[in-house]
Amino acid sequence: MIDRVLPLVASHILIASAALALGLILALPLGVFAARRRRVEQGVLGFASLVQTIPSLALLALFYPLLLALRTLTGAPISPLGFLPALLALTLYALLPVLRNTVVALRSLDLDMLEAADGIGMTSWQKLWIVEAPLALPTVTAGVRTAAVWTIGAATLSTTVGQPSLGDIIFSGLQTQNWELVIWGCLAAAALALTADALLALAERGISRGPRILWILALALFVAAPVAALVSQIRPAQQTVTIGAKNFTEQYILARLIGYRLAAAGYAVRYKENLGSAVVFGAATSGDVDIYVDYAGTLWTNEMKRADHPSRAAMVAGVTAWTKAQRGVTTLGPLGFENAYALAMRGEVAHAKGIASMDDLRTAGASLTLGADLEFLDRPEWATIRKTYDLHFARQRTFNPTFMYDALKSGDADVISAFSSDGRIAADGLVVLSDPRGAIPSYDALVMVGPKAARDARLVTALRPLIGAIPVEAMRKANFMVDRHDDKASPDAAATWLATVIHR
Amino acid sequence: MVGVTPHCVSVHKLKSGPSVVLTNVTKRYAGRSALDEVSLDVTAGSFVALVGGSGSGKSTLVRIINRLVDPDAGRVVIDGTDVRDGESFRLRRRIGHVIQGIGLFPHMSVAANIAIGLRIAGGRRTDARVAELLDLVDLPRDFATRAPATLSGGQKQRVGVARALATAPGLMLLDEPFGALDPVTRDALATNYRALHHQLGLTSIMVTHDMAEALLIAERVIVLKDGRIAADATPSQLLRGEGGDEAQALVAVPMGQSERMAAMVRE
Repeated sequence: MIDRVLPLVASHILIASAALALGLILALPLGVFAARRRRVEQGVLGFASLVQTIPSLALLALFYPLLLALRTLTGAPISPLGFLPALLALTLYALLPVLRNTVVALRSLDLDMLEAADGIGMTSWQKLWIVEAPLALPTVTAGVRTAAVWTIGAATLSTTVGQPSLGDIIFSGLQTQNWELVIWGCLAAAALALTADALLALAERGISRGPRILWILALALFVAAPVAALVSQIRPAQQTVTIGAKNFTEQYILARLIGYRLAAAGYAVRYKENLGSAVVFGAATSGDVDIYVDYAGTLWTNEMKRADHPSRAAMVAGVTAWTKAQRGVTTLGPLGFENAYALAMRGEVAHAKGIASMDDLRTAGASLTLGADLEFLDRPEWATIRKTYDLHFARQRTFNPTFMYDALKSGDADVISAFSSDGRIAADGLVVLSDPRGAIPSYDALVMVGPKAARDARLVTALRPLIGAIPVEAMRKANFMVDRHDDKASPDAAATWLATVIHR
Repeated sequence: MVGVTPHCVSVHKLKSGPSVVLTNVTKRYAGRSALDEVSLDVTAGSFVALVGGSGSGKSTLVRIINRLVDPDAGRVVIDGTDVRDGESFRLRRRIGHVIQGIGLFPHMSVAANIAIGLRIAGGRRTDARVAELLDLVDLPRDFATRAPATLSGGQKQRVGVARALATAPGLMLLDEPFGALDPVTRDALATNYRALHHQLGLTSIMVTHDMAEALLIAERVIVLKDGRIAADATPSQLLRGEGGDEAQALVAVPMGQSERMAAMVRE
């Protein structure tokens, strides 16, 4: 565990301290300027407060399309994922407390004293350094401390734009209900925030009351941490492959499965997990992510904007041709299983009512309750299914995915929307209803390879054996190892298990 | 602490402080004249009191001399040099400035406060000068290490005067310097300052709203009203009733008070 946490701590310190440093470089002079001009103050503090009202998660996410557009417009080699968007968002977040405290500190200084400073003949710089700065220091430091704690806390969210941080284990842990991971991530982030806060408090006390060694030592430690983190991240120039993953269990497992093969082939591997569907495909296009697993139906409807449902093979061929020609992303091939939307029922209920296909639901549905995950009822897939089979249920209810399975067990729902590769289908003895009219597009899991990685023949050779190698039963079992309530395995362990089962 | 002639202090009589000449100085705030074409000739080495009610323009006038306020029209010349020649902070380093609010720097010791004018001009060894200045303003030398917050109001203003004198300026601007002090302290400081004025050969321009103080300390009293000079006379002229209506109305108050008190003593 500690092996996994330490590099994340280093990344976390780096991104948070870079954002804090940039925030200070901007906010301190701006605060001094704003304190002297009422109109500037209103504008600057208004902007910083506005930024603060944007949820930090949204602020981070907004920088992805913003930077992407900027790159398209200017052609500059900027990366819309990873360090840059995280740095910009966190910097904006750090501005407000420093700005506001600087303005307040300078504004509340004794006017007679400031007039005396002028009357003595201080230049405005002398006035700032000799009089204003020392007296404003405690209030300004309080702002810097707030900014430091906020930045370190919000840096956990930089995971979602592909910047490694302690958020990696927090988000993955939440998704797979691995509380140990979540607690490690939270404790480490809290420890960092408290340490930074204490060091800054110590430095401030040392500056205003002495002894001198106190603040020198505190600030030295404060600066040493990011330097050490930076040094720890410098590795011998080895080719690093970035493997992306979306935000659910199967994606974590497949990313590790791919990662282990590449590591065995001598590549340095790093993971960018918890990326959104649109983000991860964009990242593969731009080369920020080298390899990830996507689903044919997702690309077909979301990226290609198609509404028709050709056969599995035709869809895979269509996606393969389109991603290569339009986006330069190579579809290496299907892994061998589908993760499609499906309708599932408890086995004994389905048997008792004689339901095996969606066709059978047309008449039976009128007395049944449909349980769906939070987005299913709004998705085009459901609209197509309902129209194709003319379905009408007695009731429709939505659930968090975990509770959806519990609702099915307890009889609060009779039919649920499920993912076909979900391990709980087999474990709970569920029946997946067949789709004789082909209303649901196929969702073949595909290995996607970015342009740079696709040119690396050795890498492609290392991945090739995975194509067509994973039957849906194996994937379900691997997913279930992580998703089950008791005796949970980590995605790493599930990936290792999967590799042995498929003999790869 | 009255009538101090400092011992063991080598106060060489400086050449007298500079002359100050204001010509047609005008300053408006929001359309209203704070000063309306004021001309004034302060001779070198004199002690001038500016008296007037609030809003009469007396504070604005001294603040224009050291360029804390820029006039809308007119010019100020100190010893033949226009104050606008050169940068304002260099001008201010040659002029002592004492204000009612004192404005000591709370994060510095008394010694550091007194020496600040020397330090910002690049001075390093200031201990001897600080000791000399503490003697001048009648404060014990061991006050040097104390923090301003531990001083009484009168002691603080003595430090304020010492700070203004540190760079040995020829011209002193005093803006209601003793206005916030109790009467006893105020009298002691005023007397002490008057002695310093003569001893150091200063040119002093002091703003006050207290005619009695002006009469007792200054050589020349200027009465300002609505941004114009309403009277310009020596204390003895004013006491003889030769200062014009505005001035005599102000003089009548302390005169009447002291006559009534003298009468009470006789009873």
